[in-house]
Amino acid sequence: MSVSTIFEIVLAAVVLGLGIWTTAVRDTYSATVGFVVYGLLVALIWVRLDAVDVALTEAAISGGLGGVLLLGAAARLQDAKFMAADTPGKLACVSAAALSLLAVAALMVAVFLLPDSASTLAPAVVANAWTTGLTNPVTNVLMAFRAMDTMLEKVVLLLALVGVWSLAPDGAWGGHPGPRHQADANGVLVFLARLLPPIGMIVGIYIFWTGADHPGGAFQGGAILASMWLLAIMAGLTDTPPVNSQRLRLLLIAGPGLFLAVGLGGFWSGAAFLSYSPTLAKPLILGIEIAMIVTITTTLALLLAGTPERSAQQ
Amino acid sequence: MSLARDLITVVAVSAGAFFFLAGTIGLLRFPDTLTRLHALTKADNLGLGLVMIGLLPQAASLREGLKLISIWLLGLLAGATVSQLIARAARGSERAK
Repeated sequence: MSVSTIFEIVLAAVVLGLGIWTTAVRDTYSATVGFVVYGLLVALIWVRLDAVDVALTEAAISGGLGGVLLLGAAARLQDAKFMAADTPGKLACVSAAALSLLAVAALMVAVFLLPDSASTLAPAVVANAWTTGLTNPVTNVLMAFRAMDTMLEKVVLLLALVGVWSLAPDGAWGGHPGPRHQADANGVLVFLARLLPPIGMIVGIYIFWTGADHPGGAFQGGAILASMWLLAIMAGLTDTPPVNSQRLRLLLIAGPGLFLAVGLGGFWSGAAFLSYSPTLAKPLILGIEIAMIVTITTTLALLLAGTPERSAQQ
Repeated sequence: MSLARDLITVVAVSAGAFFFLAGTIGLLRFPDTLTRLHALTKADNLGLGLVMIGLLPQAASLREGLKLISIWLLGLLAGATVSQLIARAARGSERAK
């Protein structure tokens, strides 16, 4: 048994243990912290599986932005004392346990029924990489071969934001999301919020740019850019834009809009929806990705900023 | 030459791992927030730094080495800032008691 096998076994055991602990622990806050650590460790597993693209997304979304979102929710629950009030009845507990067992059993059966040699499209993806001019197979699948999925995913992200905004009270509709943060102007947080964003922006744009040929891409880069913007917002250096701003809404629909336009252009140039001609594939994909990173950055940051709380006039 | 490089790697990474171990024990055993933070930042700064120094001889190119160094510097910045923020929050809640 090699050292890396031992490492993998330990890693898998820790992840499983942490998963059980996160589910079993009573305190919401501890469960949230457990979940964030769980996300980071799962990212390590993805790295071991050579799926660096997935690892980056997992670390950024599950470990980073998702963690912040859950921490906010945990703090809110603690304020409202929701948890102590109603414990589910015996019947609900038993049926939940039965359903969970059924789901586990179904999963186990599904895993045992898997064919020995998994059917794979990976060779086809590698063989057709020339049609786009990009060498990262993940980006090829996301932006060309299964571009439809990616486009719909971005629309879902936009719908989620609309869902968050629609929770706003009537008076605050169209206003700024989240509270106006205040921090000591000479404090550590403000110092970090001035120092880090230039570096973070370079890293974010680099990860986006290198996505054509190496692990990375608009989503991972966008998550980093969004966190830099959120850092400046949390340090009180800037405010969230009012949600009725025309410019903001234009940024939000830029990615899916351009994606859709290029997709419809596929009909005009002949072949099918979302088909790119090999000569134009690279510039088209790059254009969509640039519009996409703008939209992803804005959407992710605003998802975390929360519902509009203050009217635009204030 | 490669033996010397491997030697540096083994020694420095082991030393780094020791600081992580010591930091973790400190985090579990020390009595209050400030001392626990102290233990944690030692692991972050020295441990990560030593691991990074150990990995540098194995870097394939200058670019890779620079990436490693910038990871360490960003880790230092994040660790120092977050521990300051936590310490302030802890002191604030202590005063409120």
